[in-house]
Amino acid sequence: MGAPAIKSASGKGISIRGSDIDTDQIIPARYLKAITFDGLGEFSFRDLRFDGEGRELEHPFNDKEYQDASILVVNSNFGCGSSREHAPQALMRWGIEAIIGHSFAEIFAGNCLALGIPVVEMEAAQIEILQEWVESNPGTEIHIDIVAQKIRYNEQDIQVSIPESHRKALVDGIWDTTALLKSNPEEVKQISGQIPYIK
Amino acid sequence: MSEGTLYDKVWDGHKVRELPNGQDQLFVGLHLIHEVTSPQAFGMIREKRMEVAYPELTHATVDHIIPTKDQSRPFKDDQAEQMMAELESNTLEANIKFAGPDSGDQGIVHGVGPERGLTQPGMTIVCGDSHTSTHGAFGALAFGIGTTQIRDVLATQTMALGRQKVRRIEVKGELGEYVTAKDIILTIIRHLGTDGGVGHVYEYGGPAVSKLSMEGRMSICNMSIEGGARAGYINPDETTYEWLKNTDTFEKDPNRFEELLPYWESIRSEEDAKYDDVFEIDCNEIEPMVTWGTTPGQGIGISEEIPDPKSLAESKRESAIRAQNHMRVTPGDKMEGYKIDVAFIGSCTNSRMSDLREACKIVEGKTVASNVRALVVPGSQRVKLAAEEEGLDKIFIESGFDWRLAGCSMCLAMNEDQLIGDEACASSSNRNFIGRQGSKDGRTILMSPAMVAAAAIKGEVTDVRRI
Repeated sequence: MGAPAIKSASGKGISIRGSDIDTDQIIPARYLKAITFDGLGEFSFRDLRFDGEGRELEHPFNDKEYQDASILVVNSNFGCGSSREHAPQALMRWGIEAIIGHSFAEIFAGNCLALGIPVVEMEAAQIEILQEWVESNPGTEIHIDIVAQKIRYNEQDIQVSIPESHRKALVDGIWDTTALLKSNPEEVKQISGQIPYIK
Repeated sequence: MSEGTLYDKVWDGHKVRELPNGQDQLFVGLHLIHEVTSPQAFGMIREKRMEVAYPELTHATVDHIIPTKDQSRPFKDDQAEQMMAELESNTLEANIKFAGPDSGDQGIVHGVGPERGLTQPGMTIVCGDSHTSTHGAFGALAFGIGTTQIRDVLATQTMALGRQKVRRIEVKGELGEYVTAKDIILTIIRHLGTDGGVGHVYEYGGPAVSKLSMEGRMSICNMSIEGGARAGYINPDETTYEWLKNTDTFEKDPNRFEELLPYWESIRSEEDAKYDDVFEIDCNEIEPMVTWGTTPGQGIGISEEIPDPKSLAESKRESAIRAQNHMRVTPGDKMEGYKIDVAFIGSCTNSRMSDLREACKIVEGKTVASNVRALVVPGSQRVKLAAEEEGLDKIFIESGFDWRLAGCSMCLAMNEDQLIGDEACASSSNRNFIGRQGSKDGRTILMSPAMVAAAAIKGEVTDVRRI
């Protein structure tokens, strides 16, 4: 239905540590003041990457070693807070193509799916091991197999999970929902006619 | 799986079909839009040469970026002006009703829907804002959505969504004096965690919820998302109907009220409804709550001690240490006595008439501490007007508060209302995330409006029951 099938993702890893990383940390609200998503990438984690005077702080997104990374590794409840799609848009525009974490906030995960960014869940202990590995071995290639729900790095395979509806949408190329939802206007009209409060 | 709940009934009544990935296509009864998350969606449908499918079910207002002091056009902030102008032209072009600053109906989108009777029981409601859960107070299924989903809803009036689990939250006991709905929801989040509700919708009920006003119910449902639940709702009852009767929609058309009443009654959860799980809390054990950290789950009663991270579950420790460093608090201390620089009464959580009345009772005849910047931002133009008719504005102003125009304001600091440097703010809003109120070193302490009022007077976090 117009969206490419996404059966895998591969790239260099980058680790962001901490649970409850909220959408205000991913993209502070003052950078939402625009009518497009253009140019958001540079504001990813802005307040963690720069001090009040605009000087660079130590942060993986500033680290030269990780500038071409595309697989983000995070802990639990990543993306909690706002429904702003600016959060995954900013990460995507920085270069992130897939995220591996222990758990994700629901709206954030849905927004990622809408952009074709796979969001993959993995056991907390395995996340720690992967983060340590990525931090001590910049340039580590991670391969995500969305069909088999496995990731591969450092010559080992690890089981991961992806919510079935998300997995199917990615693998079957139906994650861009507009065309799908637009294909049955008569049926929509008929259902709306049965809803008591719709005049 | 749940059965016979309001969630199940409303979902089934709006389901168009099952999609190939197992999600459902749901019809959206009310789509609310605002200036921050909609312009990109309008851009997307223009690019694809689509039109807004059901403009009559779509309502717009401006809230996030609007200045609360000087709203003359063009706004001083060019970016804010551009967003405002874009919303005006998008809504005009698509024939969508827009409650702008000149209408007398403008305000925070989650106040505007309920006060005009746009928000009704048994509806599916979406908005590109996570606090859309607020509308669940009326027994609606209300979800925050992202911009790509806004595009879907504009283009089709439907959205793709997977069915969630339903958790019943049974709220027993009686609230003590100055213990509010805000304290109930902060307690729930403290116990269930900021991610406890992921994959769930919360149904709030029980004797303490039945006794709450619609305003209190909105405060509770509003912060469902802070507990990780994408939606929260309360079954409609006489309190709900009383509110609805007094809205424009039904004052203009009382017959419509009678016509819809059987539907509203029919979607209430059955006595023997099945829930995925049930969680109970006892209001007798709740006291005014304050947060000590940087997530809404990091809250304690005002007389309790700030916890030692070591005493928390392992998964919460790292976040607690980070939060305590940022807030500069020490385990074993209390939040009582924590110095504040700013007091903010406002936001979609607590900026309705009852909130302003409660805060006013505390400040009447007293003066805001000399080192505190205090502001009241009513949730809507209608709330502002009603408060002025009661003389609340004068009481606030005389005690040293700024009385502002309606908007989201310092809850997320997208206008000029921002913390500066490491200021500490007693705030009636919903998020204490680092950087949330406009300064990355700013410190936010969440609490009820009456507790904010008390903190403003004392210049420090204090127990409203002893002021």
